[in-house]
Amino acid sequence: MTQQTADQAAQADPAQGEQNAQALLAGPQSIVTVGVDLFADALVAQSVDVQRVDWRPPLGGTEAEVQKVLFDARRAEANATAISRVLATGAVLVDVRPASEALEMSPGMFFHAGPPITWERASGPLRGALMGAMLFEGLADSPEEAEKLLAAGQLRDGTPITLDSCHHHRAVGPMAGVISPGMWVFEIADPATGRSTFCSLNEGLGKVLRYGAYGPEVVDRLKWMSAVLGPLLQQAVQRRAGSSAGPIDIRSITAQMLQMGDEGHNRNRAGTMMLIRELIPELLELGAPANDVADVVRFCNGNDHFYLNLVMPACKLALDAGRDVPGSSLVVAMARNGTDFGIQVSGTGDQWFTGPAQIPDGLFLGDYGREDANPDIGDSAITETAGIGGFSMAAAPAIVAFVGGTAQLALSTTHRMYDITLAEHPIMQIPILGFRGAPTGIDVVSVVRTGILPQINTGMAGKVAGTGQVGAGLVNPPAECFVDAIKALAATIA
Amino acid sequence: MSTQHVEVRRGHYHDSVTLLSVSRTVAAVDGIEAAQVAMATPLNLDVLEGMGFHLPALAPDDLVIALRFEDDLDDGDVETARSAALAAMEAALTRRDEPGETQQDPARTTGLALQRKPAPLVLISTPGASAGAEAWDALQAGSSVMLFSDNVSLDTEIALKQEAARRCLLVMGPDCGTAVVGGVGLGFANVVRPGPVSLVAASGTGAQQLLALLDAAGVGVRHCLGLGGRDLSADVGGLAAEQALRTLARDEGTELVVLVSKPADPAVVNRLDELAASLGLGVEWAVLGRSDEGFPDLTRAAERVCERLGVQVPVWPTWSPTANAAAHPTRDHEIPVPAPSSGDHEIPVPAPSGDDHEIPVQGGAGEPLLRGLFAGGTLCDEAMALAATQLGPVASNIPLDASWPKLDASGPSALKGALATAGHAFVDLGDDTMTVGRAHPMIDPSLRLEAIEEAARDARVRVILLDVVLGHGAHEDPAGVHAPVIRAAIDRATADGRALDVVVSLTGTAGDPQGRDASAEALAKAGAAVYLSNAEATRAAVALIRGESR
Repeated sequence: MTQQTADQAAQADPAQGEQNAQALLAGPQSIVTVGVDLFADALVAQSVDVQRVDWRPPLGGTEAEVQKVLFDARRAEANATAISRVLATGAVLVDVRPASEALEMSPGMFFHAGPPITWERASGPLRGALMGAMLFEGLADSPEEAEKLLAAGQLRDGTPITLDSCHHHRAVGPMAGVISPGMWVFEIADPATGRSTFCSLNEGLGKVLRYGAYGPEVVDRLKWMSAVLGPLLQQAVQRRAGSSAGPIDIRSITAQMLQMGDEGHNRNRAGTMMLIRELIPELLELGAPANDVADVVRFCNGNDHFYLNLVMPACKLALDAGRDVPGSSLVVAMARNGTDFGIQVSGTGDQWFTGPAQIPDGLFLGDYGREDANPDIGDSAITETAGIGGFSMAAAPAIVAFVGGTAQLALSTTHRMYDITLAEHPIMQIPILGFRGAPTGIDVVSVVRTGILPQINTGMAGKVAGTGQVGAGLVNPPAECFVDAIKALAATIA
Repeated sequence: MSTQHVEVRRGHYHDSVTLLSVSRTVAAVDGIEAAQVAMATPLNLDVLEGMGFHLPALAPDDLVIALRFEDDLDDGDVETARSAALAAMEAALTRRDEPGETQQDPARTTGLALQRKPAPLVLISTPGASAGAEAWDALQAGSSVMLFSDNVSLDTEIALKQEAARRCLLVMGPDCGTAVVGGVGLGFANVVRPGPVSLVAASGTGAQQLLALLDAAGVGVRHCLGLGGRDLSADVGGLAAEQALRTLARDEGTELVVLVSKPADPAVVNRLDELAASLGLGVEWAVLGRSDEGFPDLTRAAERVCERLGVQVPVWPTWSPTANAAAHPTRDHEIPVPAPSSGDHEIPVPAPSGDDHEIPVQGGAGEPLLRGLFAGGTLCDEAMALAATQLGPVASNIPLDASWPKLDASGPSALKGALATAGHAFVDLGDDTMTVGRAHPMIDPSLRLEAIEEAARDARVRVILLDVVLGHGAHEDPAGVHAPVIRAAIDRATADGRALDVVVSLTGTAGDPQGRDASAEALAKAGAAVYLSNAEATRAAVALIRGESR
């Protein structure tokens, strides 16, 4: 439902009722039928234009909860409020800062993707990334020592090691999503409210920390990113933000990339180029050593996913605006830690609804196969939660080769996502659909009623710690997240 | 070390996702152990080196084709595999999708269907637990609802009707079997000629009986708006009836409204009567109740409509049981009482055979019994009300009066047990408890066919009274499936040396797809006495019992 129709829904329109009665008594030209085919057939026999609903019972036997939530007097207005806040959120790049400072992190603190999880339940790639972060922070001398300390839950000096969700700290991270105090993070802000969110800097593809690799080349790259990349980006970003041009507009670049064949999750090539185009003049004028500037530009340019880490916090910024509206069934986060897939819903606060993360269908690098893949992992499903990524696959038809599909699959996937979303984004538009707005704002009720699960495009990490990326593909959340969410929503209604 | 093929094409760009798919195609070629077709990005170079390929210096814009052949190939096999692999690669790289139709999946909820294409009405027949959600979608989109589903809770019904009233929309139901709007029949609906009368019906089969009677009298019907059986209860308070009256008050073609209901709350009836008067709407009331308390039966209501419109009240058609000759409507003014079955009183009762000891001996102390086996709830109500004036309180799964014996009809087998010991009994086989997990008996008559067989085996039963309903939505040939079972029931009783009469109340019109007269004749030929008027059918059945008791 668009914002406009949601507003209309909140108030009755008796004139509409009279029009309805007229159309009805004049002999209904068309009738929607739901249920037994016999009645639809009888209407067809009377030459009525019949639209048959392809009805099925709601997921998980939640008939009572579906009705309770639908009938909730707060619902129409709550969803309209939540989604309009999401759609109104801007996103500009205001700073690049060390996580220790931006996220108030101290040694021994690690944030990770997905719902909260313990070391014991953590998957291979998350464990590998945590071990790599221990090595990067200088808290362990070997992967073995890192593993031992993480399992024991404390650093050498007895300081407790704490793991927590990025999402609990206004942050997101792709794949394992591990953020440690010494890493640098982008800060994205909403100009209207000043609210901000954070995301790590993207390391590139292959053997990288976020895919669970922790070898010396991974740690060396992270050290260079903190020593050279982060500080230079910080100066360039601050310089640009302070200029008459103002900060780089991430929402605007994201809208443009959708019109250039990217979907903002698994294709970020156009977005990356547009970002670099904005940064190069600032970098050149910093007076920094030319080889450092060249290394920074080469690094960003050589990584088609560099911009992903700006799309993600921009999406989180928008969705955070939709949080905590009582009665709203808007999904405000979908995130995976490699073991659990979790969602959060506007009307149920910070509660996570989880189910087992699935293994994506897709293509594998080199000799890797499905048996090498870890279940779904990463906060990057925040892009789908915000209506891009898999939801806007129609904008990036090349993506469908992941499942051996056709360009038609991309179109039909996006069409299907309109059936479970509350709005069409006024800024994020899909050219091939006549610049129709991206399907934005997943409604728990619609998912449960239609059985259509959100479509996510994703990378695949190796299940053994240290492996790195093994492929990429398409995946859905487990249905139980949405079943549990609607039960909890129903329980909030008197 | 197995043989490799590494080829570089400078400046041949292909999307990485396409190339992953191409690699998979090439790797599947016979003789190829592994294949990677990729742009020479740093990541891909790592992967290629990890696979054991030896590579020249490359730039990221270069396309690398790397093949590893299976170990035990001779040179000829390698060449065959190489050319097959390269051909497969070229084919995959130049593959073009046929730009086919983007077929949009059908809408999975009422809300989505209405978003795609608005419609003034939604007909809902999902399981009751889900019907509220679909109906809510319809109301939010500004569409009226016909709610056929049963097992919808009272709270849900009230919430839907309050929302509909707020939006000036109609909710016809729940458990609404019949409606006719603007000439379109919905659910179970009879084909009638258009005319000045509109029905507002809290009763599906009650409305159908009136449609059939008015059609036989030559009175046309404009609309029939359903309400659901509970609408005129104190709980629901006539919410849908009020909307229906307001809607019809704006309809220029409606001259007279007939309000049909099962027993209703008197305060609700009074309020609606006042509303109709204030709207300037002429209303004829056909609210069922104990006829000894002055409520008219449906036939009497149809006659009053005729009188009000200045139409001659007809003789309601009946068809006598005929063993051989074709039946034809009788036109007597007397209510014809079916002749007793041949052999009654005259043939001596045979002694029970040895293996028959469980069947009570015919002619014992028990009073001969009447079994009413109905598919239509209102027809059942009407028949009970009439029968009770002659026979006293009767047992039922939907008793009219709380003091009457209640049959346990929690399911088909409970009902069978309850009937085995009951006196005169009237069963509504279409009641909610009987239709959980099965179709309504007007669609699937199997439950009733079994009940007829069961009654024929019960030596105490003298008369079976049943309704057969025609029209859109009903079974395609109900007379055809009932006739042989009726015949067999009568034959069985005759063989057992007792009389069994079958009286059928047939609700249908000449225009119905099944054909009223053909259906009636088939039933009469099977040995049933057939009446268009449910009230007349009931009186005939009661007369048979009374004659027997005397």
